[in-house]
Amino acid sequence: MTDGSVQQAHVHAPPQGFIRKYIFSLDHKIIGKQYYGLALIAVFTGMVLSWLMRIHMVWPTAKIPLLEHLSSAGAPGGIITPEYYLSLMTMHGTLMVFFVLTNAPFAAFGNYFLPIQIGAEDMAFPRFNMMSFWTTFLAWAVLMLAFFIPDGPPIAGWTSYAPLSAVGKDAGPGMEWGMSLWGLSIAIFCIASLLGALNFIATTLDLRAKGMTLMRMPLCTWAWFITSCIALLAFAVLLPACILLILDRHFGTSFYIPAGLVVSDRLQPHSGGSPLLWQHLFWFFGHPEVYIAILPSMGIVSHVLMNSLRKPLLSAKVVIYSMMSIGFLSYMVWGHHMFLSGMNPMSALAFSFPTLTITIPATVLTLIWLGSLYGSNLQINSASLFALGFISMFVAGGVSGFFLAQPSIDIYLHATYFVVGHFHMVMGVASLFGVFAGTYFWFPKMTGRMMNETLGKLHFWITFVGAYCIFMPFHYLGLIGNVRRYQSFVDDYMQPYLPVHKFMTIAALITGAAQFIFLYNLIYSRFKGKVAPINPWNATSLEWSIPSPPPWNNFGDKHPVVYHDPYQYGVKGSQGDFVMQDSPEQVVPASGD
Amino acid sequence: MSSTIATVNTQANALRPPQRASAQAALRYAAHERASTSGIWVGLFAITMSFAAFTSALFVREGTADWTHLALPSILYLNTLVLLASSITLECARRALYGNAITQDGETTNKAGTWVLVTLLLGLGFCAGQFRAWLELRAEGIYLATNPNSSFFYLLTFLHALHVLVGILVLVYLAGRLIASHRTLRRSLFQNTAIYWHFMAVLWVYLFLLCRTKL
Amino acid sequence: MGKLLAVVLVIIAIASAYPIVTHMFPLPVDISTHGHAIDEQLNDTMWEAGTSFVAAQLVLAFFVWSFTGRKEGAPLKNFPGGARVLIIAAFLLVGTEILALGVLGQKAWANVYFTPPQADAIQIQAQAEQFAFYFRYPGPDGKFGGLHPDKIDEGNQNYFGLDPENDVAARDDIVSGELVIPVNRQVHLLMHAKDVGHSFYVRELRIQQDFVPGLDLSLHFTATKIGKYEIVCTQLCGLGHYNMKAYLNVMSEPDYENWLKQQAGQ
Repeated sequence: MTDGSVQQAHVHAPPQGFIRKYIFSLDHKIIGKQYYGLALIAVFTGMVLSWLMRIHMVWPTAKIPLLEHLSSAGAPGGIITPEYYLSLMTMHGTLMVFFVLTNAPFAAFGNYFLPIQIGAEDMAFPRFNMMSFWTTFLAWAVLMLAFFIPDGPPIAGWTSYAPLSAVGKDAGPGMEWGMSLWGLSIAIFCIASLLGALNFIATTLDLRAKGMTLMRMPLCTWAWFITSCIALLAFAVLLPACILLILDRHFGTSFYIPAGLVVSDRLQPHSGGSPLLWQHLFWFFGHPEVYIAILPSMGIVSHVLMNSLRKPLLSAKVVIYSMMSIGFLSYMVWGHHMFLSGMNPMSALAFSFPTLTITIPATVLTLIWLGSLYGSNLQINSASLFALGFISMFVAGGVSGFFLAQPSIDIYLHATYFVVGHFHMVMGVASLFGVFAGTYFWFPKMTGRMMNETLGKLHFWITFVGAYCIFMPFHYLGLIGNVRRYQSFVDDYMQPYLPVHKFMTIAALITGAAQFIFLYNLIYSRFKGKVAPINPWNATSLEWSIPSPPPWNNFGDKHPVVYHDPYQYGVKGSQGDFVMQDSPEQVVPASGD
Repeated sequence: MSSTIATVNTQANALRPPQRASAQAALRYAAHERASTSGIWVGLFAITMSFAAFTSALFVREGTADWTHLALPSILYLNTLVLLASSITLECARRALYGNAITQDGETTNKAGTWVLVTLLLGLGFCAGQFRAWLELRAEGIYLATNPNSSFFYLLTFLHALHVLVGILVLVYLAGRLIASHRTLRRSLFQNTAIYWHFMAVLWVYLFLLCRTKL
Repeated sequence: MGKLLAVVLVIIAIASAYPIVTHMFPLPVDISTHGHAIDEQLNDTMWEAGTSFVAAQLVLAFFVWSFTGRKEGAPLKNFPGGARVLIIAAFLLVGTEILALGVLGQKAWANVYFTPPQADAIQIQAQAEQFAFYFRYPGPDGKFGGLHPDKIDEGNQNYFGLDPENDVAARDDIVSGELVIPVNRQVHLLMHAKDVGHSFYVRELRIQQDFVPGLDLSLHFTATKIGKYEIVCTQLCGLGHYNMKAYLNVMSEPDYENWLKQQAGQ
């Protein structure tokens, strides 16, 4: 590009050379794919970790091949020790929450499609974007390092409560360097996420194409935008929390550690700190984090569903306002993780009410999705199956929240499998269904090829039924008081329920195996899939107006102009029952509707 | 401060936007200018939230029995004045750069660049002064972990100084652009740097008052 | 395939509700005075949540069944009333029910946390440590000795760090690995964490509370049935967390007095 004026017009020069094109790319599409790839590695790792956990729980003497080579202390002879179980559990949670559920629905798809959907050439700050991916990658590498150090990963859970996490190696195996690596990794992740959120916000506010008003943005764009606002505030609080933890661990301060603690027969040289401080800071981040995990999937599902219904959702505005309310309310409820923590019991009630209130926008959303199905012309394909599955799973996971939001019931259900069932349903399943729906939907655009529908449907059925088989029993076990984070169940009252655990383990192994069908489909279709047309789903939003895969600057030399919102389905368009956002044609309603 | 729209070095006027290939490109340029300003405000908002988190940690911590009192080194007052002065000098740079819309030549960029240089030197002076404050405390035997008050003092002043250093690095770049290469500056680049720099001063005043009244 | 999804949804809804409706996972017997309110609350919530869950799955199934595989050119319709009806439904139905649950549920919470312990409640101190619970009774003098972390000596069973040589009140303190209490008498449990966070959970008592290092927390409750019940730790505290348990031994009043005398005699 020698013409300086043309160069001025673009955010960055067209990429040249392998490194610039594929490694340190400034292109949001490559960065989106990089996030997706990282999430894919993280999710399969996390899944294998969960297999190890579940196998250990029901077959404790099982010898796992190769595990001894990873950790001779943690799995001598391939048999997982109690402490190693906790290490696996900690890494499972950390990988899944941070590197899968924050990366895949938000960073991956958001990076890829937000600029295109608003008609921009790239994100506002491509350099920051590239930095934010590679910083995320660094955070992941630091975390994974914990597997390879002699003492192994930390055993404090993904929530790393102080003082267990703060006192250092006296607390147990993995609590010296393993715990420090965790703290460092998460601090780095915070910085990466802040950069990412910044990019999303500025891009959405300022880089929209002509005619692309805020209300004409697709619902998934709205979801990414709202999520990035939440992420900005949430990660800005987790970072200080991690810094204070690192200071307590390595610099002798006492932010979290009170006086007089005797751990492993050693009186700890700290005083005056507050374990509750860690909980407050962590959950102030932690609760919005789970909405960061679910909101993008809600947006993706709304986007995909509408396309499958061939008619607009009952009210996109209501969906947008509901997502906004969820985002807003998410900051007022963090204490519901701390009902029994020793904080003032009055505050339990103060946190309970907004927690219950969040049910309202969540229900509005669910009713809108359901109500929109009425009278539609529902098309079934892999993407829409996962979108419909999302609705089912979101309800299943959401209703258990009714219980946990009430402090009196939480007295009984706190720290039981009921909680684990609840968050796995909403995060581990529903949110992931949104990612699957997005993958099947957008794969043709990202690669220029279609995924195999038969394999996609097979993947759906096994995953859908399997997920219910795994996670529904978690709730029942919670009701009888099955405590969580136990590597085995030695209590008398648990003995009659061990067969349920076996059932769940087998379901988990089968459902997990089915994910390899998905992986195979991804890889095979990437190279051998049927060539995809530019708009295989007859969809309206801007990403379907550009080639598959899109050129480096998305719209070529075209500057898109937007004439419609993305909800023009079920109308008489020149190409069918829809009108694209950038089409200047007038919209004619299909019937007297 | 971020996207890399090249600016064309014209003879005519370093302050007017460079020549455009088309109206579309001009719109795009303006959009990116706005985006970078949004970006800086969003970033400052995140920084504010982080210091708010530290503030709340302070309030939680001050309720405990071992909370004591920290006598702040008096050099902090001088440091405050130095940092506030640097904000003034940056505004002088702004006036030099954008005050005269018509004439533009190497002299203006030199003048502006010099003011930016003074600003960053004052910034460095501030950081040196902060370092001096830490040395004074150390001489009294007060370290990071000595008591909770000192922990907060070192933590807050260190993190703030770190952010100031980032600002200084950007000012070095700006000064270099203006003095050494006489190249023009996108308006938003200067504007955003100024917003960031002034925010550092405001943040410092807040932190200083916090330390003064609470520690 | 849409029809298949509808059928599977119905099966899932029924299969999920089945274990609840047939009480396959019953709550343990309630041995507390405040537990009834919690159990009632839980049951009410189960009705709400269960009905919402089943209804939503059935509606989803019904709509998927009705509106997939439609003929070419079939007319599109909007849900009667549109979004407005649904919003009102959400606010009214869910809003009032949930808030009502919240308001009603307050009472169960208040029973546990807003009523102060009775003046004649039996004071027992519980200490949680990696990985056991120990319980301390004040002994015949009715006074607890002071705690001295530097005097803790696991090997000599001085779990609490008592200093009987210099501290008169500590001399008759009774330390037990079992929480022995009399039936129908209120117990005021003073909770102390020795090292990291732990939690005290007795299912039958419908009680759960964290031990927070550095905080003086307490619980009070009254057990209404004689028997042995498991106390388990529910806050991740390290590698032995799964094995950290003790027994709550609820005895008749005379048996309890005997036990105390025996312990004091030792």
